Amino acid sequence: MSHTEPLLQVQSLRVDFVSRNSAPIQAVKEVSFDIAARQCLALVGESGSGKSVTATSILRLLPRTAQIAAHSHINFMGRDLLKLNTHQLRDLRGKDISMVFQDPMSSLNPVFTVGAQIAESLQLHLRLSYRQAMNRAVELLNEVGILKPALRINSHPHELSGGQQQRVMIALAIACQPKLLIADEPTTALDVTVQKQILELLLRLREQQGMAMLFITHDLGLVREVADQVVVMQQGEVREQNNTEALFSAPQHPYTKALLACRPRLNARPQRLPVVDDFINGTVASITGERQRGTHPQDAIALEVKDLCKTFTLKTGLFKQEQLRVLQGISLQLPRGKTLGVVGESGSGKSTTALTLLRLMKADSGQVLFAGKDLLTLDDKEMLAMRRRIQIVFQNPYASLNPRFTVAQLLLEPMLIHGVGADTQARLQLAETMLQRVGLPATALQRYPHEFSGGQRQRIAIARCLVIQPEVLILDEAVSALDVSVQAQVLNLLQDLQDEFGLSYIFISHDLSVVKHISDRVLVMQEGKVVETADSDELYRAPKTDYTRALLAAIPGQL
Amino acid sequence: MSSVMGMPVARSSEGPWRLGWRRLRRDHVAMWSLAITLLFIFIMLASYTGLIARNWNAEVAASYAEPTFDKVTNTDIHSPIGIQRPEAGPPVDISDIDPLAPRYQEWRERTAKIQAVQAAQAVRLPLGADQWGHDVLAKTIKGSEISITVGIVAALLAVFVGTALGALAGYFGGWIDTLLEWLYNVLTSLPYILLILAVAAVFSRGFTTIIMILGLTGWTGIYRLIRAEYLKHTDRAYVRAAQALGASHASRMFRHILPNVSHVILVQFSQNVVGFIKAEVILSFLGLGVPVDMVSWGTILAETQEELVLGKWWQLVAAGGSMAILVTAISMLTDAMRDALDPKLQE
Repeated sequence: MSHTEPLLQVQSLRVDFVSRNSAPIQAVKEVSFDIAARQCLALVGESGSGKSVTATSILRLLPRTAQIAAHSHINFMGRDLLKLNTHQLRDLRGKDISMVFQDPMSSLNPVFTVGAQIAESLQLHLRLSYRQAMNRAVELLNEVGILKPALRINSHPHELSGGQQQRVMIALAIACQPKLLIADEPTTALDVTVQKQILELLLRLREQQGMAMLFITHDLGLVREVADQVVVMQQGEVREQNNTEALFSAPQHPYTKALLACRPRLNARPQRLPVVDDFINGTVASITGERQRGTHPQDAIALEVKDLCKTFTLKTGLFKQEQLRVLQGISLQLPRGKTLGVVGESGSGKSTTALTLLRLMKADSGQVLFAGKDLLTLDDKEMLAMRRRIQIVFQNPYASLNPRFTVAQLLLEPMLIHGVGADTQARLQLAETMLQRVGLPATALQRYPHEFSGGQRQRIAIARCLVIQPEVLILDEAVSALDVSVQAQVLNLLQDLQDEFGLSYIFISHDLSVVKHISDRVLVMQEGKVVETADSDELYRAPKTDYTRALLAAIPGQL
Repeated sequence: MSSVMGMPVARSSEGPWRLGWRRLRRDHVAMWSLAITLLFIFIMLASYTGLIARNWNAEVAASYAEPTFDKVTNTDIHSPIGIQRPEAGPPVDISDIDPLAPRYQEWRERTAKIQAVQAAQAVRLPLGADQWGHDVLAKTIKGSEISITVGIVAALLAVFVGTALGALAGYFGGWIDTLLEWLYNVLTSLPYILLILAVAAVFSRGFTTIIMILGLTGWTGIYRLIRAEYLKHTDRAYVRAAQALGASHASRMFRHILPNVSHVILVQFSQNVVGFIKAEVILSFLGLGVPVDMVSWGTILAETQEELVLGKWWQLVAAGGSMAILVTAISMLTDAMRDALDPKLQE
């Protein structure tokens, strides 16, 4: 690539996970790439692509069951990292190469103040005295944009917000001015606006300190903003490797093309999102036309929420309590057969709205009008009848399916509760039909949830709602935990189901591109209030409030 | 990712229980522990049905016959001894002066019909004999009946009470939780042994009493754990999902959550079995256990305190050793089961 020696050279890296009882799993297969000094290389791939394993092998932080093949080399400044002993490695970690992890809350030690954690690294690697280290920690916190750093060094991690915690993690990582910073999904757990700030911070620090960066992400949108060079991985192999401009303007491998295309975009709304199979089978061209979205004032209203309020009481001391007003008068209207998108950052009350309107959580006041009745005042028996008609799909398909039930038990339960189907035979028949409708074979019935992938589990969760034929489906971050290619498939499925059964959706998400793609109308929430409601095209074209504008501006990878 | 529509067909479907069993089978320690536990239960059942150790009460050996590891040989066994009859002297007719004379005559005739034979008495037995010449091996086997039954039945009772109350408290919270927490606090603030003694003093001695005492005082630990599990699971998405589908409280508590906390219950159950076997021993040792006409490991151990002074150690070793082996086996099995069944540890 260039005549100078690269900073980091990964050569035919191969990592196997061995276990006593089964064949070894090849997590990374012959991966090679170089990072030059001051360069930012992005490793892109979906879950299971081996990108994190690749990154952790550089610092040799792999679990014991992982084996790096003997012919692999990782050269860093002229040394083969795979040949270093424990002592040399410890010297290197945090000093020359440091790492920022995805979840700042679990990466920071909860019992130490953030100052102590930063100082520890400085004392260890730079042999500073405690006082010097603490002073340097204050400077570092200032550098990563934490306000009042002199006070904050005495904070414990739980006293900081997610964004601040990630800033502390970054301060920790750059404390010894490393040559290479490995950032493993550093913004995935954060809200879009915070994500934008963190990205800007990382870019600024890279510029100032002249470090190279290995940026690991599943989000191609982010890559475009940060990386000079991109490596696309799938199933442990490198699919494509190129500089960012070239990769985005002319992707070569079908998988890269699919990754680029299957993510919903703000400037287009295809009838159906292209998926990986389309690119491999060459059926992309069959997707034509844009889908028109929007609502009319005379649309029939399926569900209406009026002035919904909810307050949490937090214990702040032995006798002290604090009232947290999570919902402050939420009103919304869901037109029949349409999709209402609900966006907002974490803590804005999106999920609480969903839970309270379904009475999965008790509301303080307000009305939920459905089929001419106020759901909040119904007795248990009337509510049970209503439950059949409004269903919810949760974010995490790993958590929302009972691990001890087979798929058949999962699907039959709602039918038994609501008396759908004459006998078990008829119910199984219906369960089978619905499974096939969501794209799973009938043989899935006898299996347990843990045997399925995330996307398949979410399909099961959707099928479970469909068997009792609801009219309204609330999708609470239903595609957020899924890989982009799987997300596209599930979004397509949801659209097909809406077209077929005339379902009305409340689609809750923090991802504004996805919401734009699927929604007719969009509601923006902030701190328990509705700040703006408009038809989706209009809202994205001409946002009326500052908050909406800030949200839209933070969407990564825009042109 | 392209194969999302396709299914992993090669693997046959496996429930969490079977998966747990498969993992347990790989663990050698667990399998040995299971074998030992099953052996004990088998012996106990055999004794219960009278197949073995039926005559534990017979005086088959000399008092404190010594244990031996050799084969018991014939020379060790006393030959049958007839009761010495007085030599017949010259007949003297004293019937005139002795009013009892006709009686003597009658009694003599009667004794002549009976041949009193003292049973063979061993001087050595595999595990020795106790003070009265009971075979310690048979006695220990017989004693296992009560000890293991008490352990298992009391543990079942404790687990049932603890699970039911823990589920109620954790699931509903609110005043139910507060009430049960008070009960828990009061019960656990009393010293355990004192509590047992108090209840034992009120009820009459007996087999069922011990079970009731242990069951009704021993549920607190499992209550706490189950309550915590229910607190955690009640807010889980799958329970929320069940609620959204319209599942009733009972269904959510027992059909949905219970199987997901069953590993806790199982482990607590076996730990309680261990604890209650020991507790029965303590109670019987203190004289509050089973009635005198029955034998348990506890009563055996109670006897041994005087024996030890005389240097007769074999009863202690037999009862204490069996208890130690069984308790260790169950504990090891429990440990392995917890690892095998915990859904969090699934591969």
